[in-house]
Amino acid sequence: MEHIVIIGNGISGVTVARHIRKLSDKRITIVSAETEHFFSRTALMYIYMGHMKYEHTKPYEDYFWKKNRIELKKGYVKTVETTSKTLHFEGGDTLQYDKLVIATGSKPNKFGWPGQDLEGVQGLYSKQDLDTLERNAPNNKICNRAVIVGGGLIGIELAEMLNSRNIPVTFLVRENSFWNGVLPEGESAMINRHIKNHHIDLRLGVNLKEIKADENGRAKSIVITETNEEIDCNVVGLTAGVSPNINFIKDSEIETNRGVLVNRHLETNIKDVYAIGDCAEQRDGGIGQRRPIEAVWYTGRMMGETLAQTICGNKLEYKPGHWFNSAKFLDIEYQTYGWVFAKPRENEAHFHWKHEDDTKCITVCYDTTNNKFLGINTFGIRMRHDVFDRWLTEERDVDYVMQHLPEANFDPEFYKHFEKDILSAYNNNLQTA
Amino acid sequence: MSNKINHSMSLATPDAQDISTKQKVALATGLIGLLILVLAFFNVDLPNRALFLALSLGLITIGTVIYSRDAYLTKLEGIKNDGVWFKSISSRGALGWALGIILTAFYVILYFYPQYLGLGKDGAANTGLISLFDPLSNLLSGRNASQWFVYGTLYTVAIIAFGYKFILKYRHNRYQQLRTISVMFFQLGFAYLIPEFMYVMNSDLPYYDLKSVWPLNYYIFDEWSVNGFLSNGNIGLALILFGIISIFVITPILTYKYGKRWYCSWVCGCGGLAETAGDSFRQLSSKKMSAWKLERWLIHTVLVFSVVMTTAMVYTYLGYDSNNFWLTRGVFIALVIGFLTLVFAAVLYFRGKELGKDAKMGAIGYFVVIALLLAMHFTGTTDNVFFVQGSALRSAYGIYIGSIFSGVIGTGFYPILGSRSWCRFGCPMAAILGFQQRLFSKFRITTNGGQCISCGNCSNSCEMGIDVRAYAQKGENIVRSSCVGCGVCSAVCPRGVLKLENDSMKGRINPTEVLLGNDVDLMELVNQK
Repeated sequence: MEHIVIIGNGISGVTVARHIRKLSDKRITIVSAETEHFFSRTALMYIYMGHMKYEHTKPYEDYFWKKNRIELKKGYVKTVETTSKTLHFEGGDTLQYDKLVIATGSKPNKFGWPGQDLEGVQGLYSKQDLDTLERNAPNNKICNRAVIVGGGLIGIELAEMLNSRNIPVTFLVRENSFWNGVLPEGESAMINRHIKNHHIDLRLGVNLKEIKADENGRAKSIVITETNEEIDCNVVGLTAGVSPNINFIKDSEIETNRGVLVNRHLETNIKDVYAIGDCAEQRDGGIGQRRPIEAVWYTGRMMGETLAQTICGNKLEYKPGHWFNSAKFLDIEYQTYGWVFAKPRENEAHFHWKHEDDTKCITVCYDTTNNKFLGINTFGIRMRHDVFDRWLTEERDVDYVMQHLPEANFDPEFYKHFEKDILSAYNNNLQTA
Repeated sequence: MSNKINHSMSLATPDAQDISTKQKVALATGLIGLLILVLAFFNVDLPNRALFLALSLGLITIGTVIYSRDAYLTKLEGIKNDGVWFKSISSRGALGWALGIILTAFYVILYFYPQYLGLGKDGAANTGLISLFDPLSNLLSGRNASQWFVYGTLYTVAIIAFGYKFILKYRHNRYQQLRTISVMFFQLGFAYLIPEFMYVMNSDLPYYDLKSVWPLNYYIFDEWSVNGFLSNGNIGLALILFGIISIFVITPILTYKYGKRWYCSWVCGCGGLAETAGDSFRQLSSKKMSAWKLERWLIHTVLVFSVVMTTAMVYTYLGYDSNNFWLTRGVFIALVIGFLTLVFAAVLYFRGKELGKDAKMGAIGYFVVIALLLAMHFTGTTDNVFFVQGSALRSAYGIYIGSIFSGVIGTGFYPILGSRSWCRFGCPMAAILGFQQRLFSKFRITTNGGQCISCGNCSNSCEMGIDVRAYAQKGENIVRSSCVGCGVCSAVCPRGVLKLENDSMKGRINPTEVLLGNDVDLMELVNQK
């Protein structure tokens, strides 16, 4: 029986395993050094905040794996030998595979800052990182202040987490507005204000110069490059993005760049070796407007769904549909469908509407040559995925979308609706433009 | 496995560092209010009962109000679940167990030893806790309090005070606010005040909480109850007709349009307490598959028990001779069997395919009931059904289901089993409504395409123990008989994935293999089956 070995039990690895099982009787082994069972990485923050316990983050009960004949091996793969199709573990044992799926995800970026490896300095990606944070910052007596370096999705989650335990947070963001490489100006500015409303000390346009140690080798303060200001702290969170977690295959035959290089079929240069999820890098550049490395939950899942077909004999290209994503910035939910870039590209324009309470806004992007609707960012108003997916496929124009916006509303019943305000703002905007 | 390593070992003030000074004052205020009740319970002679009762209930309410305002209004609007699994009281810690034991003891005394609460036997004056409530009872209905009046008052105060807390907690969410106002209204008006006023108008009428529908209101068709209604002319007749219409007409229509939530989360008193005072314990319900299996057996067994028991009860006081009254025992049994057969046939005809394996279980249940009813009819003598007295069956139901299950376990075990264990495992009304909701209703929780990140907040907060995530992460709508439509899963979802709504029956249940957002060809290939 063909043995499929998957390294990594995150959403990508687990999705491919589940779908291979649905399609076939192959022997499946998932290898992980992180945890015994699959958990939802996106839920790590809620464990620290006390909303849930670790066991609640496991999407499948522990009996699921045995019942579905998915073997789990806890261990850290040190090297991959592709000629003999063997995995070598840190403990010295080995595992043979017929087909190998690399789904090892990401690791936090470190940019060579002085002091970046001190005690008390950490990223937030793995279960181990969470355990470390629990030791470093159990409460505001042991951790008087934390400094977070890097204004992205993980940074703001970490800020929310520490805030939930009343630990004062200084949040260093290199850009002059939060996440403005992705979010248009109006949205980014609204989130800046929301962060400050939560009493988080947000510092925009600043860089980390160094992290200073106390006599025990623990982080005791950080210094800001621009101002030379020194800020005392007990914990430094490094959240300046992530990169593929692939050190263990650097010495193998498998070709890598920043990530494991794959073609559109998610195949690496070595036969029977595949890579999916955060650690995979599209060899020919990103698909459509996508980036070559997509470190997103949904894309990991979709790669898993696709690769299972290929492994089970129905060779398929990875052809994701319309882009979508979501996040939550403290109390403000964010969803995006289609493409809305931080600044309109050539022949693109944005329509922006913001509610006066400063917690809701939308940005709609459209093509100025033919009025085609290209995408929407929505903050504080939930919208329907299937409706926007359909409108994008049907290539609706922006007027149609604005007029039919109520159809896409997904807020709970009895919520106040804003589509009329949005539409009249849109119409006014057109007249003045 | 706890992720928090600085568990306070202190029994008196676990996690007290998280509580502000104002909250401590509020807590003390509420506890003084409770202390007055405890003093009364231990027969301390309080001079002015009216004053002390007002003081007690007032302090409890004010304490809860101050506490809630400080807990929620000092923060921005949003989800307020920080530390729920760290706090001793809401994570089955020492405080949780202590509260569970106190509540359970209270229910045991209430149901089985009301004399310890101070109930005066055989016309004797009340003492202790019950006597403290005499002034209020006299004010409302001109009679002294009973243990049920004490219970009803405390129950209503709890729903109103903690309802206020819940409204503040969800002050960004109008669905939560409106349904909470609704349960507060129905508890105060329908369950508490109106029955008292009805007594003032006509003291012979049996207690009737208009919103309490059979089989939850299992005593409405008891002989004393029916006689009580019928001996009171048109108003009595109207009331008992309303009781019958409630279950056979009003309930199916509303459940078809809105799902069972119209009752369980907007009207019901049990649900009202669970959603307000029980809100802190909602996350404790088990989401395991094994718990779901147990639930299905238990709740349907209770339903069968209640149908057979009620039929037997009515049966025993009907006659044989149609000259006296058209509804004889024979006619009644035929009507019941006819109705059940009609329901069973309709379900098989319209939903047989969808039910699959469950249809067999339904068939077994159906034939068991029919067999029991026939056995009853042909073996029964005047007083006995199944060779036991009908009244014995009724009192067994009253003790084991009505008292122990719904009260002692259902509410007493809030801090251990979660806030809806009665609704989930025992309530026969919930079973009937759930049956309709699963098969004939426009209600569902819609899953928003492929946006789920499997975080588990929805499942964690489901008081009915539904593993919401299991559906959401498959892109599948949630259509479950047990869902009471509280809407908290939707509220806590960080990605806007869940929405409670009433829509057409078509596409209501939509199993998918590959989720929205993927390659269109792949989705079609895999999802068409």
